[in-house]
Amino acid sequence: MTAFVRREATLSTSAVHNANTAIPAGTPAPGFSLNSTPDQKVQLSDFRGKPVVLAFYPADFSPVCGDQMSLYNEILSEFHRYGAQIFGISVDGVWCHRAFAEARKLHFPLLADFEPKGGAARAYGAYRSEEGVCERALFVIDGEGIVRWSYVSPVGVNPGADGILEALEKLGSAPEGEAK
Amino acid sequence: MSVLRVPVTAADHRLGQDDAPVTLVEYGDFECPHCAAAYAIMRTIRKKMGDRLRFVFRHFPLTQVHPHAMHAAEAAEAAGAQRKFWEMYEILFGRQDALDDRDLVRYANSLRLDVRRFEEEMKSEKYVPQIRQQFQMGIHSGVNGTPSFFINGARYDGSWQVDRLLAVLEAAAAPAAPAAPVASDEPGEKDS
Repeated sequence: MTAFVRREATLSTSAVHNANTAIPAGTPAPGFSLNSTPDQKVQLSDFRGKPVVLAFYPADFSPVCGDQMSLYNEILSEFHRYGAQIFGISVDGVWCHRAFAEARKLHFPLLADFEPKGGAARAYGAYRSEEGVCERALFVIDGEGIVRWSYVSPVGVNPGADGILEALEKLGSAPEGEAK
Repeated sequence: MSVLRVPVTAADHRLGQDDAPVTLVEYGDFECPHCAAAYAIMRTIRKKMGDRLRFVFRHFPLTQVHPHAMHAAEAAEAAGAQRKFWEMYEILFGRQDALDDRDLVRYANSLRLDVRRFEEEMKSEKYVPQIRQQFQMGIHSGVNGTPSFFINGARYDGSWQVDRLLAVLEAAAAPAAPAAPVASDEPGEKDS
């Protein structure tokens, strides 16, 4: 897959309407190493070769059902169809993430952008320093580690999954053999 | 940015006239407490909007958090097959505390459905594929939780408290001159 073709074309097309800081399509995705559990770390580079979806969100336990993370949890099979791995990322710590994941029965990893606080979010231009939380920002990264789509939602608006799925579709066939 | 990918058709569960200037589509889940709250609001809204509103309900069962949601949706479809979708819809939203399989059969009984047929269709999961299909298309349309609303095809992210939603719907109804209302015996249309 050609990773660089869309680089300049996409600079202006990432739909970042309320915060212009999110890194746009065409940018190499900044690496990170974040805890997914108290004793496990996830490194972005471990997922080379498959699409990765990063969903930054402000906080665990927003008081609605069918919130953003629960929604993604319901449709994991859709992401898997594209061979994609999804991660939720917020500044909450691993124990909070664990409680949240248990309460919502989440079956995908939540990463703790906890120390240094918001370090990954800042690298992606998805940090709200006034409030000290992540933006509600989405990134689709291709198998070669290039951001292919990014989107920042108004912080109170759950962006849903349509944009992610569209971006995954545009990546074309998943680099790994996936069962359709 | 998010728009309804599947237009409203005769296959949808609709209340109101098909030529109403405003169509409000709700993606909902019978076990979601917010949807139950929305249910009461929809009643008020429909009353206030009258012929100017067509209301459509589509399934979006969040089965990971709501263990009864899929069966409840199936029950609504099974009732719909016997022309009692909206009656079942009312019962389900009114009785979110009692949605297990025995309850669903009880409701089928109280609606005087052909209960044997109802039970058979529940057992064979007859309506599961179409409910899943609705869910999938909902996802692709940008449904982001329950309830999600689309007004004339565009996702509505604002408040759905009565006053606010009513104002938005009134505004959406305004540009089109009021069409001559078609006489109909009842404002409530059932599915097909």
